[in-house]
Amino acid sequence: MAKYSIFALGRNALQGHRHWPRVWRSPPPRPSYDAIIVGGGGHGLATAYYLAKQHGMDKVAVLEKGWIGGGNTGRNTTIVRSNYLNPESAAIYDHALTLWEGLSQELNFNVMFSPRGVINLAHDNHEARELHRRIYANQLAGVDAEWVTPVQLRELCPILNLDSNMRYPILGGTLQRRGGVARHDAVAWGYARAADRLGVDIIQNCQVTGFTIRQGRIEGAQTSQGDIMAPRIGVVAAGHSSVLAAMAGLRLPLASHPLQALVSEPVKPIMPTVVMSNKVHGYMSQSDKGELVIGAGIDGYNSYAQRGSLPVIEETIRAIVELFPITSRLKMMRQWAGIVDLCPDASPIISGTPVAGLYFNCGWGTGGFKATPGSGYLFAHTLAKGEAHPINAPFALERFYSGALVAEHGAAAVAH
Amino acid sequence: MLLLSCPWCGDRSEQEFACGGEAHIVRPLAPEDLDDRAWGDYVFMRRNEKGLHFERWRHVHGCGRWFNVARNTVTHEILAIYQVGDDRPELPE
Amino acid sequence: MSGESNRLTDGGRIDRTRRLSFRFDNKTMYGYQGDTLASALLANGVRLVGRSFKYHRPRGLMAAGGEEPNGLVRLRQGGRAEPNVRATEIILYDGLVAESQNRWPSLEFDLGALNDRLSPLFPAGFYYKTFMWPASMWPRYEAVIRRMAGLGKAATSADPDRYEKQYAHCDVLVVGAGPSGLAAALAAKRTGARVILADEGAEFGGALLGNGQQIDGRPAIAWVAGIEAELAGAENVRLLPRTVVTGYYDHNALVMLERVADHLLQPGPGQPRQRLWQVRAKQVVLATGALERPLVLANNDRPGVMGAAAVQTYINRYGVRPGRRAVLFTNNDGAYPVALDLARAGVAVAAVVDVRARAPIGWRGDLDRLGIELMADRAVLGVVGRKAVTGVQIGKLNEAGNAVVPGLSRHIDCDLLCLSGGWSPTLHLLSQAGTSLQWDARQGCFLPGKARQAVRVVGAANADFRLQDCLNLGADAGNAAANDAGRRRRGRGPHKPLADVEPALTPPRPIWSIPGTGKGGGKAFVDFQSDVTADDLRLAAREGYRSIEHVKRYTTVGMGTDQGRTANINALGIVAEALDVTVPQVGHTTFRPPFSPVAFGALAGGQTGPLLDPVRRTPMHGWHQDHGAVFEPVGQWLRPYSYPKAGEAMAAAVDRETLAVRTSLGLMDASTLGKIDIRGPDAAEFLNRIYTNGWKGLAVGGCRYGLMLGEDGMIFDDGVTVRLGEDHFHMTTTTGNAAPVLDWLESWLQTEWPELSVYCTSCTEQWAVAALCGPNARRLLAELCPDWDLSAEAFPHMTWQTVAMGEVAAGLEARIFRIGFTGELSFEINVPAGHGPALWAALMAAGEKYAITPFGTEAMHVLRAEVGFIMVGQETDGTTTPDDLGLGRMVSRKKEFLGKRSLFRRDTMRQGRPQLVGLLTDDPGHRVPEGAQLIAGADPAPPQRGLGHVTSSYHSPNLGRTFALALLQGGRARQGETIHIAYDGRAVPATVTGPRFLDPGARAK
Repeated sequence: MAKYSIFALGRNALQGHRHWPRVWRSPPPRPSYDAIIVGGGGHGLATAYYLAKQHGMDKVAVLEKGWIGGGNTGRNTTIVRSNYLNPESAAIYDHALTLWEGLSQELNFNVMFSPRGVINLAHDNHEARELHRRIYANQLAGVDAEWVTPVQLRELCPILNLDSNMRYPILGGTLQRRGGVARHDAVAWGYARAADRLGVDIIQNCQVTGFTIRQGRIEGAQTSQGDIMAPRIGVVAAGHSSVLAAMAGLRLPLASHPLQALVSEPVKPIMPTVVMSNKVHGYMSQSDKGELVIGAGIDGYNSYAQRGSLPVIEETIRAIVELFPITSRLKMMRQWAGIVDLCPDASPIISGTPVAGLYFNCGWGTGGFKATPGSGYLFAHTLAKGEAHPINAPFALERFYSGALVAEHGAAAVAH
Repeated sequence: MLLLSCPWCGDRSEQEFACGGEAHIVRPLAPEDLDDRAWGDYVFMRRNEKGLHFERWRHVHGCGRWFNVARNTVTHEILAIYQVGDDRPELPE
Repeated sequence: MSGESNRLTDGGRIDRTRRLSFRFDNKTMYGYQGDTLASALLANGVRLVGRSFKYHRPRGLMAAGGEEPNGLVRLRQGGRAEPNVRATEIILYDGLVAESQNRWPSLEFDLGALNDRLSPLFPAGFYYKTFMWPASMWPRYEAVIRRMAGLGKAATSADPDRYEKQYAHCDVLVVGAGPSGLAAALAAKRTGARVILADEGAEFGGALLGNGQQIDGRPAIAWVAGIEAELAGAENVRLLPRTVVTGYYDHNALVMLERVADHLLQPGPGQPRQRLWQVRAKQVVLATGALERPLVLANNDRPGVMGAAAVQTYINRYGVRPGRRAVLFTNNDGAYPVALDLARAGVAVAAVVDVRARAPIGWRGDLDRLGIELMADRAVLGVVGRKAVTGVQIGKLNEAGNAVVPGLSRHIDCDLLCLSGGWSPTLHLLSQAGTSLQWDARQGCFLPGKARQAVRVVGAANADFRLQDCLNLGADAGNAAANDAGRRRRGRGPHKPLADVEPALTPPRPIWSIPGTGKGGGKAFVDFQSDVTADDLRLAAREGYRSIEHVKRYTTVGMGTDQGRTANINALGIVAEALDVTVPQVGHTTFRPPFSPVAFGALAGGQTGPLLDPVRRTPMHGWHQDHGAVFEPVGQWLRPYSYPKAGEAMAAAVDRETLAVRTSLGLMDASTLGKIDIRGPDAAEFLNRIYTNGWKGLAVGGCRYGLMLGEDGMIFDDGVTVRLGEDHFHMTTTTGNAAPVLDWLESWLQTEWPELSVYCTSCTEQWAVAALCGPNARRLLAELCPDWDLSAEAFPHMTWQTVAMGEVAAGLEARIFRIGFTGELSFEINVPAGHGPALWAALMAAGEKYAITPFGTEAMHVLRAEVGFIMVGQETDGTTTPDDLGLGRMVSRKKEFLGKRSLFRRDTMRQGRPQLVGLLTDDPGHRVPEGAQLIAGADPAPPQRGLGHVTSSYHSPNLGRTFALALLQGGRARQGETIHIAYDGRAVPATVTGPRFLDPGARAK
């Protein structure tokens, strides 16, 4: 394997860049594998990588119906943070954040993880109370979290509107300094390349059309490239999870909705950090290329159309112009949507199913990107061992029957 | 930006409506007789269809009435609009 | 600079009587009304207009329209500064100020150009392969990368201009006012259809403005003027110039941006800068034209390399000669008329180089007459010159087009190279509308596939490039669209416009990149704005990025502000060749809205600043304001937080208000509480199903506190509901949940229990509510209601009465509820909203002798917490059951209600759930923050699992100390124990108590 480095770059430059190896092979599928991962997004590719790396499994395939990283991995706004309220959630997301911190080196692929800080704004007393609760919970869980005042906010993000006459004045916010952004495509490609080097077959344009289940046990998958056998199948298909579950006769507690996002034209750096506001509904960061990356809300109806729509964007841009008045004459360059799998408690599902050997990793909703490395690591453990890692044990499907939900709706949505 | 035809008010833009998710989920008449699994299925589990989806909508910024819609969740084509309580319309797959 | 050295002495559509001055990079220049900034710059001999994104290569204008990739400038200054504006789309006005971008220290001398020298180190995706060591350095590398990247600079202050939104419906929306669009609009208009015609240009006419064609034997532009006049005079037609259609969404919803005042120095009084239109069209006709592609060859980005059609437009429309000596290089017929126009404008045309073996015959005579050399079966291999074209290298390609035949190379001096690489129909909107595109190998472009929405595509957008076809098919489409929209009249008139006969078309030779002369031939750009070369695309393919989406993301081709308008097809062709597959096998990337970038301000419209969200105020708001209230936002409402007196600290004010309620009398505006009028014979049964407790037994005249749960068993809302009559209830909800609760009620009534005859009506804003609380409440109210028996016996707790108040209270009739949220003797006085101020004033005036004290939300919170009343959203967070709060007695065992079954699941019944308790810190002066965590030990060091959290925490002047409410695991069994409250590295010891700290006892009866 040709290691990526500045030296390799120089060496290849002299050869006109004619000798770079393939990032990953594109082999035809073998008839059987020890494990199949359905879904070649960041989570699925990471799962395959850790199956090979941590659990020594070398007969692993990732089946992707389109091109890898083409779903939510390549459509999200790349925010990485771990300041969740519940200890179960903090554990799962902070585990992921720890992996992010060394990911470029682990994969020898620059995923450009940029811990530039993530700020959540409070615009009223209720929000301030809920955010403080989260800070104190994070402190106890060992997750970095601090309250920042408007004066500090002016330092951290000079273009923020701190006028006390705003419709919803900013009272302060939380800051997680270890949080930030990363380069989404690189995560998929980096995991794919590293997994490929460990023998994982990455098979694109391979759509799963059914599962072979005998006596309650999974035996394989039917695909657009033929039947492929495997005693263990892990499905990591985000917005399409319900479609795959239906193939196994299962229902999931998910609703698929388009999550809208947009970028501005590239401009010179104005936004040194990530700022999020629940109250006025918008968040923004700036990519290394200079685009303002803006996340909006979801369309309020089930959909599998990865198309941009306008109403949600209008609402978000109102918030952005309110929070960052100098952006008014900047222009939206591109808008799009990803299909997110919303879970009733806004927490993921990493779980076995009533079908032995069939596992699902889904329900990440609007915030799955940040969990990519951890999700893959834990799902690999679950698949390899046949039982959950202690960190993902609380995230089993069973919780929808026992009632032990992990509620992460941010602030409780009530103003009194 | 969907255009929905409210059975009482006519064609209106999606911003006037709220979607209430999957239709035809009947609340169990005797919840106390259900085990945790059956109850959990009712409260949380959904079909979440790709393609033909029967769902509830409310003209929330209009007449306030609920009605049912058959919609394709890929193309967003509206295939039928019908009253709450009516059976699912027969539609070609 | 020698003035307008490149302005032709006559011709063009500019108004030579109106000379305009403008500044570019601090140099003053002149142009004319009708110019764009681009045409004016060219007229002034400016070739270098910008520096490229990655390599900082010198760049000049290539296009004349919205597809311009290079000429991006920062327009205007201060709060009106706008980066990344295409000079070709800036309509020149007097006093215009613009500057070039992405260069330092100057456009002529840019240090960033070092990148071009180092470019072998910066191939596509180089950043994924380096900057990884040492890991700690990445933020520093990144800071440098960020400064190098980005295009223009944002404004430095808020935008002084305003924006509008407008909504419209029409039968037929015609997009594009070129020959096809005009013909379509006219035909549709004549059917009587409601027509909107939008075009991004300032003038209608499209390609006819620039190409000098004729219709009916006259200049085509005269035909345009005639049609425009007919359309402008019609009531059923709306003409929108300077309006770009940016998005085509579901169900024929289209979005258009009208540039109302961008062509002015600044908007006139009351005029918006831009207007965002949202149109719902029954039928759409897309007449969006086609874009000319450049040819990909070495150093094809040098200033002086331009699109052939663009050059024609500069000559004919703007009277500008973009060079003195031109070479044209083409793979289709498009360059030929341009050569003729160049020659007629006095530009020396050194050669027309046609890559096709057989050049079209029809043009030869004209070329010969003008002495223009035609070089068939030849190609321009590369461009010579750095900051400007000085010549081109010409040679012969082999049959496959992938290698140069040696020995036939030749140099020609020129300062202008016109490229015509074929035409790509502008199908961005169609693609957004969900229509798949079909590859046409013969023409080398995508054509419209089967449409999913009610849309037609005509003219060049449909690859109909002959004017006569455009006129005929455009009219047919307009007529048919109107018919389909329900207008049955025939719209095509008897007169069919006749275009001049055009020479027969010779098929183009699709060729995606011109092979170079070998090593060091120079970069061949595909995407000029993103600085992506043919070699970058080949590298991506070699490395295994085989999907076109991977190639796009890896190389960034097509990801610039023009979304690759001129780049995408060439890129597809090059990738297909590199992968040895066909173009349709590669597929195409998705076109995403907007077609043309849209200002955030326009998307936000007028709903910003104070109009961001409606402000809700109670009827008594004016009084609060006049009496020093400090407000807090609660949902959309503004509620008095407290009424500090002059010089009084906020905490002291809250203490004073809290104390007053317990010792004498307080008055609170409770009008924001949600109120729902519930009527019908089944109303009691309905409430019985909604609330956890029983309602059938509540007598008329009674009030009852209710809890409602979601189906998940978690508390959703609470409030007191009163029985006004046998079939009539008045429900109150929390302020924030008024609308969600009504939605909840309606959803059950309409969709699940249609058999219940119940009607719900919001009446939140119909009632003003004053809550009179304190030991002297009855005494004061008795004075105001002299004819009424308010004794505890006659008007007991948890009942209500309609009371005719006396003269002091202006004879108001009030519904008085004997309920309260403070634990004190309380009367909630409800009067019709308009009477609220009178009631309030009367209470304040009459209460003076009891030192009546208006109190705000904070004192209310303290008071309710002192007596252990919960606050939804504070003691609850969506995971709290009634039993968790010690409200198990509210849960009926006998009847079914929403969410009941969920209370009997494993987790909701388990021991050790968080339960509501009181906490008293050892230090009575220490007020812990709300949200602080509970731990058993005295060491707050992480990581550890908490036992719960503080939900409410206050200082109480009544208790003379601080106190808190908390949710503590297994808390009810821990009373008397010491626990610690952890926050900010501290662990504050506290004793667990019951959640009720104070009992007003008999005085509240």
